[in-house]
Amino acid sequence: MNFELLIQLIVNGLIVGTLYGVVAMCFVLIYKSTRVVNFAQGEFLLIGAWTCWAMLVKFELPFYVGFPLTLVFMLVFGIVLQVVVLRPMIGEPIISVIMVTIGLSMFFQALVAWIFGGYTKAFPTVFETASVNIAGLQIETAYLMSMVVSLVIMIGFYFFFKYSRMGLAMRATAFNQQIAQSLGISVKHVFAAAWAISAVVSALAGVVIGMVNGVSSALSFIGIKVFPVVILGGLDSIVGSIVGGLMIGVLENLAEFFDSQWLHFGNMYNIAPFYALVIILMIKPYGLFGTKDIERI
Amino acid sequence: MASAHSRMRCGEFRTTYQEDMTIFPTPLARRVAVVSVLLLLLAPLCLNAYYLNLLIQIGYYGIAALGLNIVVGFTGQISLGHAAFFGLGAFASAWISNNSGIPVFFSIPLAGLLTLAVGLLVGIPAGRIKGLYLAIATLASQYILEDFFARAEWFTGGSAGAMASPFSVFGHIMNSDQSYFYVVLFYVVIMFMAGANLMRTRDGRAFVAVRDHYLSAEIMGINLNKYRILSFGISSFYAGIGGALFGHYLGFVSAEGFTLLLSIQFLGMVIIGGLGSVMGSMLGTIFMVLLPEVMEFGVHLVGSESTTLTQALAYIKEMAIGLAIILFLIFEPDGLAHRWRMIKNYWKLYPFSY
Repeated sequence: MNFELLIQLIVNGLIVGTLYGVVAMCFVLIYKSTRVVNFAQGEFLLIGAWTCWAMLVKFELPFYVGFPLTLVFMLVFGIVLQVVVLRPMIGEPIISVIMVTIGLSMFFQALVAWIFGGYTKAFPTVFETASVNIAGLQIETAYLMSMVVSLVIMIGFYFFFKYSRMGLAMRATAFNQQIAQSLGISVKHVFAAAWAISAVVSALAGVVIGMVNGVSSALSFIGIKVFPVVILGGLDSIVGSIVGGLMIGVLENLAEFFDSQWLHFGNMYNIAPFYALVIILMIKPYGLFGTKDIERI
Repeated sequence: MASAHSRMRCGEFRTTYQEDMTIFPTPLARRVAVVSVLLLLLAPLCLNAYYLNLLIQIGYYGIAALGLNIVVGFTGQISLGHAAFFGLGAFASAWISNNSGIPVFFSIPLAGLLTLAVGLLVGIPAGRIKGLYLAIATLASQYILEDFFARAEWFTGGSAGAMASPFSVFGHIMNSDQSYFYVVLFYVVIMFMAGANLMRTRDGRAFVAVRDHYLSAEIMGINLNKYRILSFGISSFYAGIGGALFGHYLGFVSAEGFTLLLSIQFLGMVIIGGLGSVMGSMLGTIFMVLLPEVMEFGVHLVGSESTTLTQALAYIKEMAIGLAIILFLIFEPDGLAHRWRMIKNYWKLYPFSY
């Protein structure tokens, strides 16, 4: 048993977990306010990361110009997507809504692969990516930075929902659309804002992951990994998505550890969250913090 | 000519329960179906290998799509793991015929039964959960089964894949496109007749009741758990048969073919064809199989010399599928079957449609 490796993996899990938490939060934001299950969440990361990459490498903009431009692009992208594709789907059965986002995910994945090619490309170094030694553990500064970014986003979300006008409107809409509308909240704007915020924050996470691992189509798989996270945390709970993200991040690293030490199945890192997902759905389908639907006849 | 028939009908009206329960909506539809099957029997004599290959593809994908329509369109459950069952059928049939000496003739239905068993097992959570939770659960089962295919070397041959022996009947090997076409056609006719018949039975009506309003269905004495799991099982059976036909057609089954992308394509077939329509499953499959071919034709037409477009062909095909799904959901959510019904009604009442 290799304790040092175990602790290193747990720390890695926590760091990856915060990123899962951020993406899951974006997913929950859309689900909570618009009741749309977004299967194209991973494509937001993908598009954001590639856009930023193109700004920095193709157009050779400095980071402090290219990065905000990316975020502006994603803001517009999210709003356009909501208005053009998702707005006609309001009131349609759930299968249609799911299939539309799946169709979007397929379309954008292929489009991005067509434009940028199928190979992993490295980000230009924006920050020094040496590793630092904290309490005997080797941690890359990029990871550290990603953790800080994630924490800032989470705190930002907290204040946004607690104090800002739009945040309050979103919570009201999530609680009950009709009541929100009768109080003068424009549900249309709330829906568009939810998609825009989700796209921007996902793109941010995509850029951070891209800086560490390089940009490739693998980024969109994080959109799939988000499902175990949100199911564990509860589909409509922002807190749950953070807790779920940390737990799934640690879980997959632990699964990797046990697999490499004793089991030797291979590929546990990617598959373990899905086993966890099935088990959670069997015993506690509403997750840790999700609200339980009560159906009246 | 009898006077009742000399007047023009202004629509399809069923006046007895017997008329309402026929397999084909009108006698004309029955005649058209019989004639088209007879015409298809002649197809291998006059079509070349390219078109036969397309027809065979439409055949086995169509069977699987009908299975998915039973669970999605008729029972109202969502399955994102259909490709995994399709693959399971392909591997199971190859494994049975390779390892037990059972001829391929019997291994295809046996593979269907094995897939049925696994489908019932995976369907157990489906009895408890519904809607998007089920979609996510089946997504997990897709990845778990995919992982199983890549790992279980005793069953699938691992990353190397499995050989599937050709179909034979009475020692006569049918491995050419011409002869295999008849095998697929036979299965398509059987499975579609069975599918259309299923909807006339008590179980079929129970599926529709569960879809339309599951609480009312339960109050009427329909066991929700039983029928949700049963519809999952039946749909897996169809996927298994389709997959087995696919495996023995190619002669080789590899684990890479049964990804989420194929599952999405199956869902696309069902949605484009029309949810809850047996004929729609076939129309959707035809659309989905022909779409990439049309894209390829279009690309060659536009720029046969520009290599960038030809290189991007795989991406263009994928984008076309995604776009087709989105556009159909926005503009024609009821699918091609609905469009076809509207065209028929238009001509039935022509020229006085009001």
